Amino acid sequence: MTHASRRAVLVLPIAAAALPAAAAEDDMATAERAILAGRTPVATGIAFEMPPLSENGNSVDVAVRIDSPMTPADHVHAIHILSEKNPVPRVVTFTLKPRAGRAEVATRIRLATSQQIIVLAETSAGQVHRAAREVIVVLGACVEGG
Amino acid sequence: MANPIVARITLPDRARRGEVITIRVLVRHPMERAIDAAGLTPLPRKILHRMRVTYADEEVFRADLSQGITANPYIEFTTIAVETGAIVFEWDEDGGATYRREVRLVVT
Repeated sequence: MTHASRRAVLVLPIAAAALPAAAAEDDMATAERAILAGRTPVATGIAFEMPPLSENGNSVDVAVRIDSPMTPADHVHAIHILSEKNPVPRVVTFTLKPRAGRAEVATRIRLATSQQIIVLAETSAGQVHRAAREVIVVLGACVEGG
Repeated sequence: MANPIVARITLPDRARRGEVITIRVLVRHPMERAIDAAGLTPLPRKILHRMRVTYADEEVFRADLSQGITANPYIEFTTIAVETGAIVFEWDEDGGATYRREVRLVVT
């Protein structure tokens, strides 16, 4: 409950920024296209928190909040976290209902290496909010045996 | 199938009707992600690939997880306190096992 107030609202980078060319990027791009299904995302109304530098890719805190009234007519029903360079681009999908009260989730993810992370939030009105952040990972999740 | 699972579920004991409460869930699970690399014994993927939360006869939250989620997965979300009763947490594991926990919320 008090968690929301601790989070600063982020000024998000422009979503239309060109993605760097990389071998695994097709996968994230494909996953993103599948979710967007032809819709154009907006970069407003979404806050995505993740430390810009992470020493340990085995556990990186991420938090997402979308400005939404969460009414039956207008609510966020899906929040996706996508990874550019992990073996699996679609890290997690959260499914929300109006009874969530707030469009606000947090989790911990594994990161193979330094990369871009994208969050897409779909609303019942057909809008998609998008936020992207770069993260530097010192020790990737795939190098140790655990 | 409803096996026990080690999960720390944090939410208030009681809430006012209509209040938005934050629920934090930390589950003990290796989330084995099937790494196939030199020097490692390949293991089949065995993760909790879904968490479902049911409260007052309705699914209020679901998370579809990949191996990109940490071992001992942590998930935080919110729900509106609507009535006194059980909030049911269910997890689906690769291989078909399911796990279940219930936490009672008193709504005043």
